[in-house]
Amino acid sequence: LPRRTRSRAPPGAAPAMNCRAEVLEVSVEGRQVEEAMLAVLHTVLLHRSTGKFHYKKEGTYSIGTVGTQDVDCDFIDFAYVRVSSEELDRALRKAVGEFKDALRSSGSDGMGQISLEFYQKKKSRWPFSDECIPWELWTIKVNVVNLANEQERQICREKVGEKLCEKIINIVEVMNRHEYLPKMPTQSEVDNVFDTSLKDVQPYLYKISYQITDSLGTSVTTTMRRLIKDTLAL
Amino acid sequence: AMDTDLSSQDRKDLDKFIKFFALKTVQVIVQARLGEKISTRSSSSPTGSDWFNLAIKDIPEVTHEAKKALAGQLPAVGRSMCVEISLKTSEGDSMELEIWCLEMNEKCDKEIKVSYTVYNRLSLLLKSLLAITRVTPAYRLSRKQGHEYVILYRIYFGEVQLSGLGEGFQTVRVGTVGTPVGTITLSCAYRINLAFMSTRQFERTPPIMGIIIDHFVDRPYPSSSPMHPCNYRAGEDNGAVYPSVEDSQEVCTTSFSTSPPSQCVFTVTKAHFQTPSPVVTDTLKVPVMGLAFSHQLSSSRLFYQPATLGAGSADMGYPVLFAGGLNAAHPHQLIGLGKEGGVPPIPSQPAHGTQADRERMYTPLDGVHYSAATPSSSEDTETVSNSSEGKCGSPHDLLETIFIRKVGAFVNKPINQVTVANLDIPFAMFASKNVDLEDNDPMVNPPDSPESESPLQGSLHSEGSSGSSTGNTHDDFVMIDFKPAFSKDDILPMDLGTFYREFQNPPQLSSLSIDIGAQSMAEDLDSLPEKLAVHEKNVKEFDAFVETLQ
Repeated sequence: LPRRTRSRAPPGAAPAMNCRAEVLEVSVEGRQVEEAMLAVLHTVLLHRSTGKFHYKKEGTYSIGTVGTQDVDCDFIDFAYVRVSSEELDRALRKAVGEFKDALRSSGSDGMGQISLEFYQKKKSRWPFSDECIPWELWTIKVNVVNLANEQERQICREKVGEKLCEKIINIVEVMNRHEYLPKMPTQSEVDNVFDTSLKDVQPYLYKISYQITDSLGTSVTTTMRRLIKDTLAL
Repeated sequence: AMDTDLSSQDRKDLDKFIKFFALKTVQVIVQARLGEKISTRSSSSPTGSDWFNLAIKDIPEVTHEAKKALAGQLPAVGRSMCVEISLKTSEGDSMELEIWCLEMNEKCDKEIKVSYTVYNRLSLLLKSLLAITRVTPAYRLSRKQGHEYVILYRIYFGEVQLSGLGEGFQTVRVGTVGTPVGTITLSCAYRINLAFMSTRQFERTPPIMGIIIDHFVDRPYPSSSPMHPCNYRAGEDNGAVYPSVEDSQEVCTTSFSTSPPSQCVFTVTKAHFQTPSPVVTDTLKVPVMGLAFSHQLSSSRLFYQPATLGAGSADMGYPVLFAGGLNAAHPHQLIGLGKEGGVPPIPSQPAHGTQADRERMYTPLDGVHYSAATPSSSEDTETVSNSSEGKCGSPHDLLETIFIRKVGAFVNKPINQVTVANLDIPFAMFASKNVDLEDNDPMVNPPDSPESESPLQGSLHSEGSSGSSTGNTHDDFVMIDFKPAFSKDDILPMDLGTFYREFQNPPQLSSLSIDIGAQSMAEDLDSLPEKLAVHEKNVKEFDAFVETLQ
């Protein structure tokens, strides 16, 4: 077995092996699932994306500019800010759409969770494939409720909006702890830390997965989706 | 002893970072309260002018205000930069909603790298600010501003003042960044009783810091530039801590739940927004966009015609405008502006008097939204409650007089508005009752309460009307209308309240009426076989129909 070496972490921070995990829970109506998930995921990625790096000689680099935009929800009395990147938005919408479909087809219970994991790649020597070492994991547990009438839906719009406000505040609290972040990579290492495939922004390497809980409470499937191009795949 | 002194380059960089961070913080906050969605583009190639690697536009006036407030200084211990967000109604009443504070404390992080870590953390903090500015209650309010109210900002530098936020305000921390010279903290204190709307219970306390806004209307005038709609107020002229006299600008109207017990909301009239009328006062610079409300009161607006009012009005000798007790330290500040605000104290007068008499008493009030006249005979700054002592028996009445009958605060303008033209008095609507179209409306003429309408309401109106540039100040007088809580403003002339009242007693079902009932049961039974026969003939049709349903 290859020897695992710990990557050097900044002082006072958790080693890369220990992944910081945050769990958020929301109860939403079926048609609110997508917007609620996007709101949370985009808020996290807003904090975990930088501008594109441009490496210059002597190991210095400059960073591009990240734009932001407001998004209004249609089914929730809520608005959030996301990074201005259509590619990133598309990727998230795709994942969330799949999650929503899985939730819907899973049965009447409507419970599941979607996870956003930030990881670093650690190169291993051939023939071993690279390791993915997570350093931050966000899990959103979703409980889908069914509402009987329009009045309940209206209340749900407002309540879920308020709940999401709380979630945003929670996310910001976590971000403010300034806990472990991968150190800024050299040019050769940048793809081990960041997703450089997008043309306008550069999020940390991430992957989104989800689980649907059936009525027995067990996880039915774990679908792993690689949303980044793994250029080193064997 | 200093362990590792900051290199002079680092120090310079740090100061620059903090300065631009402060400026960008202000931009983010103000832009988040403009009432529009913000959108900026990502750019992969660095332009060099985007501080903290974020595309945040710079509104020139905002930068100017911020720089003026900072006056070349940086946030330091005891010297915080505050962005105050407040709401101002068409009547000119305002209320503080939020205070965003950029503070510095003494906790230093000597080890941290300025040019790299501090910079990136400041960038992260700005992102957090972008996110948090959308989740406080004022965001939703600001998205709906334009007609009945606008959102204003004010930047000041010095000590944080949270007293204007009312009781029970909440705080949210946006984040902190440690630096070698101290820890930067960014937080927001916000009023929470925005959302109480109309169900707020009346409390026997000094005037409530509350405001009722029940429906929101889209802004009538699309602004030419996205930055424009934000009215702004100039900060301190002297740069000092906010002087207390200025509290008068902060005053807000009290909101009242009505008597009859159902909670009603009164909407701010839309009547005054036909002609934009930029009004500049000493302390307010308002490029009013599509709003016509005045910041100045002229004297003629502040009296009423007691003789023509109902008997009860004699009890309240004077119009009493109210302000929410903003500054806890000066609870009567607003009530008796005569002491400090340059308004002459209102001497007591008998309830009767000519219009001219009244007129003499008041002088224009510059820079304040309205004056408050104490109904009592003394010139002291008394609360209104003093005036009503002994005049009303029931606690309910007492409550009412304290708050001058909430009926007033915001009124709806129905299609059939009442105009009392040629009556250059503020409370003209009280003047001649027979003009009222809704004489039977208990809200307008409540049978149990002596003073029929709120002088507050009238005076609020007068302020608004006086601001209209047409000079036709009372064309826009509106009727108070009963609006049930949470009802949306309808496009149709009939609103929920009217609908409710009209259909409270629906007509009887015809089947229950005597005529039909007179038909005997026997007749019904007799006709049944015939009906059955007919139906049987058509059974094929019915079957076909049922088929189509499946």
